[in-house]
Amino acid sequence: MGSLKLLSVLILLGPAAALAQSPTFGLGRTPSADEVLASDISISPTGMELPAGSGTIEEGALTYRRKCARCHGADGTEGRAPRLLKSSRGSDANPWSYGRILPIRAPYATAVWDYINRGMPLNREGTLTHDEVYSLTAFLLFINDVIPEGTVLDAQSLPMVVMPNRDNWAELPDWKPGMPRLLGYPY
Amino acid sequence: MGVKRPNRRDFLKRGAALAGGVTLGAAEPVISKATASAQSIEEQSQEVPSQDWSSDELVAYGERSLHVKSVREPVNGRPSPDEFGLVFHIGTPLEQQVGAITPSSLFYFGTTRGSIVPTIDPEKHRLMIHGLVDRELTFTMDELKRFPSVTRLHFIECAGNGSSPRRGRLIESHGMTSCAEWTGVLLSTLLKEAGVQDEGTWIVAEGVENVRGASSLPMAKAMDDIIVAYAMNGEPLRPQQGFPLRIVVPGFEGILHVKWLSRIKVVDRFYMTYNDYGHLRQDPDQAALSYQVGPKSVITWPSGGIDLPGAGFYEVRGLAWSGGGVVSRVEVSTDGGENWMDADFRGTPQRMAHTAFSFNWTWDGSEAMLMSRCTDELGQVQPTRAQRKGGLDNSIQPWRVQSNGSVTNGLA
Repeated sequence: MGSLKLLSVLILLGPAAALAQSPTFGLGRTPSADEVLASDISISPTGMELPAGSGTIEEGALTYRRKCARCHGADGTEGRAPRLLKSSRGSDANPWSYGRILPIRAPYATAVWDYINRGMPLNREGTLTHDEVYSLTAFLLFINDVIPEGTVLDAQSLPMVVMPNRDNWAELPDWKPGMPRLLGYPY
Repeated sequence: MGVKRPNRRDFLKRGAALAGGVTLGAAEPVISKATASAQSIEEQSQEVPSQDWSSDELVAYGERSLHVKSVREPVNGRPSPDEFGLVFHIGTPLEQQVGAITPSSLFYFGTTRGSIVPTIDPEKHRLMIHGLVDRELTFTMDELKRFPSVTRLHFIECAGNGSSPRRGRLIESHGMTSCAEWTGVLLSTLLKEAGVQDEGTWIVAEGVENVRGASSLPMAKAMDDIIVAYAMNGEPLRPQQGFPLRIVVPGFEGILHVKWLSRIKVVDRFYMTYNDYGHLRQDPDQAALSYQVGPKSVITWPSGGIDLPGAGFYEVRGLAWSGGGVVSRVEVSTDGGENWMDADFRGTPQRMAHTAFSFNWTWDGSEAMLMSRCTDELGQVQPTRAQRKGGLDNSIQPWRVQSNGSVTNGLA
């Protein structure tokens, strides 16, 4: 009797266990490729998702004057909005002391492009063309001594930009459930 | 009572009138009734504002007593709203909170480096899951609510919290943590529905506010306990908490709990978004501290700015929490850490949730230094200020009780 009950439980569980590997609820719909493309603004450090377009430092300087300087100041320091010029000048300064201006401390320039593209200008987010985002990225990286005069940024060159912290950061350790915050320490 | 201040409901009424003459039914403000009476102006100005509990408005949706005045306030040295109208960091008055749950109206809130709380029509809101999955999916809010749900208590804490000699009151040092009961569907349920591919080791979660705040999270956390939440404290999320949808990332820093959630992209690496790069550190020890909040506690009452009326009995109250799991022990010291005594839990401790504790204390009237120390289920112990390694500050906060009863920051 008891083993019969157990058997029927096992039979009932069987199909459920198999279903765990495939959609079980059948809710939601599949978006079209265009829908996904239109909403996907996340840019990988590899630059995989970067769109076509390009921009120069000079073009960026013009766009900056027209669309950014009102809040960030003519030279990126004196505006009401956060400063865009690193705190310590000079190539030998420690990038960790630049302050949290743009993502200047980020290892990849894609973070700068991504943020301008998604978050600027205030109240008119999403209105910059891809060319404008490339050129503004070029201008801001130039005034922060990251790229030399004459650099043209596009989907190929932007991920190749060597940011000051390109190799100067610690990988996050793999997080696992039940892990202490800091291995080797009691806190 | 001195000069009469405008009743909050007067504002509501005026707002409603501006919005197009919406009538609030019988909600005639008591103040105007008083004006119509034969009372002198002087008498009226002495009157305590009152609430009309039989009004349609307050029968339909209650509010707290006008005598209860705890309010949130901007913290962390930047005005909110700032000159651009951006709201950045708003702290919760924990010293006036009773128990573990923060009322929704007082729940702290921050935004992605300053952004604007969006107005979202839940009928039109969608969540898309795409990237390295077998089946890309888009859900309506109604569909999300059909999934098996979970309801759990979890705290959220902003990395901007931290003790300092300059932060004299609790709201300044600890105001950016709150705890609520969250309801939603586990992200793992949705990810299994979409079928995560082998290379999918991280996710990027993104909101629809003006700056489209996005944070990266490891897949191990996504598959463990992240909640795609649509409700808090028994009602839909408040707009300042991400209405209609957010993620709750139990025990992880606040910026990762993406609000106004509309997109989850499954990716093959840490994406280092604008929100993420702030978590990068030069020193591997510091990098290890980046996500998970350490064991932490603080005495909320009495705390900086409170005056004790004199020697005698007090229930010392506080909150304890840990990103590592459940709080297993809280100790209290009244002599600056020389001697420690176990505190009592008020309520059952829950994983990655504020746990209320209390300690019966008879103050003899001499100077005292109150401290609390949390130990969690992993055996992690809350560090002193000298022991702390960086990351979100989880160090012990001392409060000095002076012999005249005034309570000040013990670090100052």
